[in-house]
Amino acid sequence: MAGPDKGRMAEQPFGRIEAVTKTYPGGIVALERVDYDLRAGELVALLGPSGCGKTTLLRMMAGLTRPSAGRISIRGKIIDGPQPDFGFAFQSPNLLPWRSVLDNVLFPVEIAGRLDTRARDRAMELLDVVGLKGFSRLRPHQLSGGMKQRVSLCRALVHAPSLLLMDEPFGALDELTRMEMHDLLHAIRQSSGATIMFVTHSIAEAVYLADEILVMGPRPGRVVERIRVELSYPRRSAQRYSAEAREYERQAGAALGVVHA
Amino acid sequence: MNARPAPRSGWCMPKALDILLPLLGFCLLLAAWHFGVGWAGLPPAVLPKPLAVWGAINTHWLLLLEEGWVTLVASAAGFGLAFLIGVPMAVAIAGSPLLNRMFYPLLIATQSLPKVALAPLMLVWLGTGIESKLAIAWLVAFFPVVVNTATGLRTTPREYLDLAAVTRANGWQIFWKIRLPAAMPFVLSGAKVAITLAVIGAVIGEFVGSSEGLGHLLLVANSQVNTPLAFAALVGLAVLGIGLYAAVAAVELALRPWFGEAPPQ
Repeated sequence: MAGPDKGRMAEQPFGRIEAVTKTYPGGIVALERVDYDLRAGELVALLGPSGCGKTTLLRMMAGLTRPSAGRISIRGKIIDGPQPDFGFAFQSPNLLPWRSVLDNVLFPVEIAGRLDTRARDRAMELLDVVGLKGFSRLRPHQLSGGMKQRVSLCRALVHAPSLLLMDEPFGALDELTRMEMHDLLHAIRQSSGATIMFVTHSIAEAVYLADEILVMGPRPGRVVERIRVELSYPRRSAQRYSAEAREYERQAGAALGVVHA
Repeated sequence: MNARPAPRSGWCMPKALDILLPLLGFCLLLAAWHFGVGWAGLPPAVLPKPLAVWGAINTHWLLLLEEGWVTLVASAAGFGLAFLIGVPMAVAIAGSPLLNRMFYPLLIATQSLPKVALAPLMLVWLGTGIESKLAIAWLVAFFPVVVNTATGLRTTPREYLDLAAVTRANGWQIFWKIRLPAAMPFVLSGAKVAITLAVIGAVIGEFVGSSEGLGHLLLVANSQVNTPLAFAALVGLAVLGIGLYAAVAAVELALRPWFGEAPPQ
């Protein structure tokens, strides 16, 4: 169930970001007063240049860093540390080189002490979805960059998280692999129904993937504009080039100050 | 069936050269040695010709094997002990912030100490048997093992620790499933340094007080002005050192696909 299940849960948002500020020692304000209500099943893109605090916000949602002020809650629970039903996809594939593909995917369930046949079956299913079923016994160094990132995606999803946090996961991939990964992500959303926060600095990526874009600006990091992306589902790559998508890209570019009238 | 493509030699030629060129270099050095000695008119007691050394090896091969075995055992045992004690100690140091701050700087400082200088003391404490030799081999091999392992455990990549954090791994899991395997390249590169030093330590031990081993044989041959035999003992030591190093390096190479290579320090 991807994205478009709006309105029904409007009373109680899936997640709340309330007046969240992050200040680093020395008085540097990484993020200033962000408020946002995250709706269940949506993909929200955090779009901005480096230094705008988008990764900081994502890490706070993951419970890896605490806000200096304000609070983040998911399903009513205040985030004070990493949560068991969150998934995190890193900027680099971040696979452990001494583990096989399958064992990398299984890492979160192994840590949680729930390594059983069902978990293995699920891991194999995920690898199948991303087209790596036959590669489960290989080790990371035998894979290409795109393949590694797909394994990393499977690892983030293996415990069926309700919230998937993605930190520029396709940033290091080449353009063609990236486009494939976008459609793969749409397919995964379709089947998992997870809510997703997605950090990116690519305008086109944000428009094609997101239901809502939080455009962020630097010094101090803050949300400068919210753009609702009403592209229809299921999204097909041809929609990237639609007039609608172009218009969203123009809006986002204008909000970022890189597109001028 | 004519015009068969010639087998491609592009792949194997550089490989063959990798072996042939060093061999050629070695032969050139032997030749220079041979003719240099003849040209300078040096007596065999000062510098024997390569052939004389070969003769000594031929005559005394059994003796060389016996004494070499003694040195081999002391080196390997010293190295093994260094590993058995060094790795857990590094784990303790890297695992405890207090111990870490107390001892890690000291460990780094010990790297520049001439630890073999303790050899005469070892002799006083442990006598002239294998114990003192082993203790010196252990002592010199111990530090690179501890320092490298501790460094590897301290420098776990941050992304791995983030992964551990988001999966909510406990301290035990972080150690066994992340830190220790991530430190393996450091452990293995420490092992390569340690094995070389262990042989040096064992020979020093034999120099300062022992009645067996290649180091001792070297001293005896020297005192009898049997220079060809001294050279034969040196050749034995070279074979021993290279062999042990190659064994450790082979293990490292075999494990490299799993753990990667340690960054240069």
